[in-house]
Amino acid sequence: MNHWYYFVDLFAKVRTTFVEWLQSVDLPSSLIIFLDSIIGIILILLFVFPLVMLFTWMERRFIARFQLRHGPNRCGPFGLLTPVADGIKMLTKEFIMPAKGDKLVHWIAPVAFFTFALMVFAVFPIGKGEMGAFSDLNIGILYVIAIGSLSFVGLFMAGWASNNKYSLIGAMRGVAQLISYEVPMALAILGVVLIVGSLQMSEIVGKQTVPFILLQPMGFLIYFIGGITELNRSPMDEVEADSELTAGYFTEYSGMKFVMFFIGEYVNTIAVAIIVTTLFLGGWKGPFLPFWFWFVLKVIAVFMFLLWMRATLIRLRIDQVMAFSWKFLLPMALINVFITAAEVLVWQEWMSGWESFPWPFIFVNFAIAAGLIIVWARVFFKLGGGRVEVGGYRARNSQGHGADSQAPVS
Amino acid sequence: MELKTQPFMLNIGPQHPSTHGVFRMRVTLDGEVIVDLEPMFGYLHRGIEKLAEGRTYTQNIPFTDRFDYAASVMNNFAYVLAVEKLAGIKVPERAEYLRVIMAEMMRIARHLLAVGFFTNDLGAMMTPLLYMWREREKLVDLFEMVCGQRLTHNYMRIGGVSHDIPPEFLPALKKFVKEMPDFVNEYDQLLAENEILLARTKGVGILPADMAINCSVSGPMLRASGVKWDIRKADPYSMYDRFNFDIPTGTAGDTYDRYRVRIEEIRQSLRILSQAIEQLPQGEVCAQVPNLLRPPKGEAYARIETSTGELGFYLVSDGSIAPYRWRVRSPELLNLTVLRDISRGWKIADLIVIFGSIDIALGEVDR
Amino acid sequence: MALTLKHLFRKTITTQYPEKRLETSRRIRGQQFVWRSDLCTGCATCAKSCPHGIIRITTSKNGENKYKVDSIVFDIGRCMFCGLCVEACPYNALYMGRSYEQARYSRKLLWADMEQLMSPDNEASSYGHPEMDEKLPLQTLLVYGQISKDMVDKDD
Repeated sequence: MNHWYYFVDLFAKVRTTFVEWLQSVDLPSSLIIFLDSIIGIILILLFVFPLVMLFTWMERRFIARFQLRHGPNRCGPFGLLTPVADGIKMLTKEFIMPAKGDKLVHWIAPVAFFTFALMVFAVFPIGKGEMGAFSDLNIGILYVIAIGSLSFVGLFMAGWASNNKYSLIGAMRGVAQLISYEVPMALAILGVVLIVGSLQMSEIVGKQTVPFILLQPMGFLIYFIGGITELNRSPMDEVEADSELTAGYFTEYSGMKFVMFFIGEYVNTIAVAIIVTTLFLGGWKGPFLPFWFWFVLKVIAVFMFLLWMRATLIRLRIDQVMAFSWKFLLPMALINVFITAAEVLVWQEWMSGWESFPWPFIFVNFAIAAGLIIVWARVFFKLGGGRVEVGGYRARNSQGHGADSQAPVS
Repeated sequence: MELKTQPFMLNIGPQHPSTHGVFRMRVTLDGEVIVDLEPMFGYLHRGIEKLAEGRTYTQNIPFTDRFDYAASVMNNFAYVLAVEKLAGIKVPERAEYLRVIMAEMMRIARHLLAVGFFTNDLGAMMTPLLYMWREREKLVDLFEMVCGQRLTHNYMRIGGVSHDIPPEFLPALKKFVKEMPDFVNEYDQLLAENEILLARTKGVGILPADMAINCSVSGPMLRASGVKWDIRKADPYSMYDRFNFDIPTGTAGDTYDRYRVRIEEIRQSLRILSQAIEQLPQGEVCAQVPNLLRPPKGEAYARIETSTGELGFYLVSDGSIAPYRWRVRSPELLNLTVLRDISRGWKIADLIVIFGSIDIALGEVDR
Repeated sequence: MALTLKHLFRKTITTQYPEKRLETSRRIRGQQFVWRSDLCTGCATCAKSCPHGIIRITTSKNGENKYKVDSIVFDIGRCMFCGLCVEACPYNALYMGRSYEQARYSRKLLWADMEQLMSPDNEASSYGHPEMDEKLPLQTLLVYGQISKDMVDKDD
């Protein structure tokens, strides 16, 4: 029961006093545990929702600044109350439901999407030490991988229930992207787990005397690109490609149901940013300033990088997205795992193990990563995708990246 | 083992964020691959050709603005050339130079719009579009200075242009022409060697040269397929035989080449502009033309090279103050006829990109 | 990508309307008209030259060979602001306005009658009347980086 006290130090006093009061009132201990977990959930929500609001504001302001215009700056100072205005507007909209759509699935889809997106937050080590998470499972990162892909069930349900061909295409693209990118992402995480030796999230943060991005540059890149794709953000936002499918899987949603999708997307973004921070950037570690400040700072830095990519890069086509995963990222991830395993072996057996930090490996890893990327991109994989030969309605050949019918370069 | 699938029909309807206007396509898809495409236009048909028969020649000039509404001055130009050919009116030199200056400025603005929306269709979240829009705003400000409106200019008159340029026009235009090549280089830096752009547009939507010629395709689409045909060089009108410029062509005829041809044409237009500014003579800006012009009976066809292709006006006059028949050879409609053939076998995402590279403005397609 | 990062630190080019406005061109074919009743003779050349026929003039006899204009109405709602009427007037009695904010809540309010045409709030633009050029302020030009009225200086 004591282990949730250090969840967020700022609220620790509130929680300690609350639990002590509960104990003095002499309730049965199971009830105390239950009430304690309610407090934990409320604290997570208090952490997530202001961050979501901040991220919506930041997204619009900063993409506007990239495009040489002001962003929203009317509601509140610098437009900071714009998310509030958005929320109020959304609440007043009517629920439109397509007549032939599947009613039950239409209702459940946003709920599923949102819930599973939030469930991932249970294991994030927002606070210091072993007691820093809501529930520090010893299979923490595995839980993250498992639950993180469940939110796509909500996405697919939304696409199906809308009775709209656009939504269905969007949803199917989403599921295809998810399946393609889960494997390299899991392998990239496996690299970090090999170094740390445990799946527990707080352990992973605890062992990072130097951020793992230096030790695992390839893993970082793979996980980052996979994360962008899981978030359905540019440059892989074929799922909700605004200029093609209007809005993809949530075309037919309005009002509060749409808000669930919208916020769910940002919650997913925060989740991915937190995972990147925890695994690769050192979590809450940092000199001088208090730990929660470093944590939020790193999450915001990752988000700004995501924003920058969104403002700049052009969308990839869906078959190019999947080809990129299966033909480029997956081999890289496998090679990364092998090399990391070899390094860990060398480090534990012939060097001193955890007493000293394996500095030479940093250079070795960077060199291997750079070399691999350059060689692979030139030799084996060219981002492209051929035209599929069409022979009429019935006579259809197997799909896929057909004959390379690219014309000679001008 | 073959997978049994069934093609389904998707309606990329008149209301869509990325059909450039109200344009409808019925696409038969097999998974994501396009098997057949049926374009349906006519949602913006206003019957301008019939309306024009009831109005005088001068009153028809504002109607021509509304064809390719993003490049109004060029439409005015073609119409006015046709009327002058029919009536045998000679235009003063200063007016001809002003017409060329306006037309080339409009060409740059139109190409900026075309390339900007092309990148928007590719998915770049409006960022390159807004950069190009900034340059277009500078040009549109200059148009406002000369003729009073930003989009539907109504600038050319039969026998010349309507107003002379104010004194602050030329310094501003010179500054623009001086700064623009840097911006074009900036766009190239952002887009030309961009790996994702190359992957999405190279080899996509190839239009072979013989198909282009057979289907009367003209403009940057034709030049990107390798055919070196530009009316400004092949059949010069107005003052174009006095300027030095090149005609950029592509080799492969794919979407990437069309985009490159447009960017190169912006550079060539800047060349023409700087030469025209230097050579601008003094003089009158409009010939003396009677108010209610009665051209002699006959017919005339005049064509110019707009930014999308060959715009031609065929006028038949029966001696009265209004034209007897007015027929517009619309380049964008004819360019659109090849859409079905060049997009078969590509995916939906590519269809939007190919459509964006054809660069239509629905006012011209539907008239 | 470095290009967008560079743009992040440049100034914005948009104008914070309605607090700041741009200065329109001198020759703007704005959405109103200015009519000089002392110069107008009621010849209705403007009405004949309009492609849509939106100008309605009723006159009555006022002595020998003169007309008095009883009412002159422009249907601003259907006007396309081409300026042919201004160019056609032989007595220089018609000017285009400079306003661009003429949106109203109902179509009936979009008929500009004599009162509106002669009201002092309407500023006249110099379209078709080049002698008015000096009296009007210079335009804000984005080429010079001007994004609000107070950035225009008189000697560009």
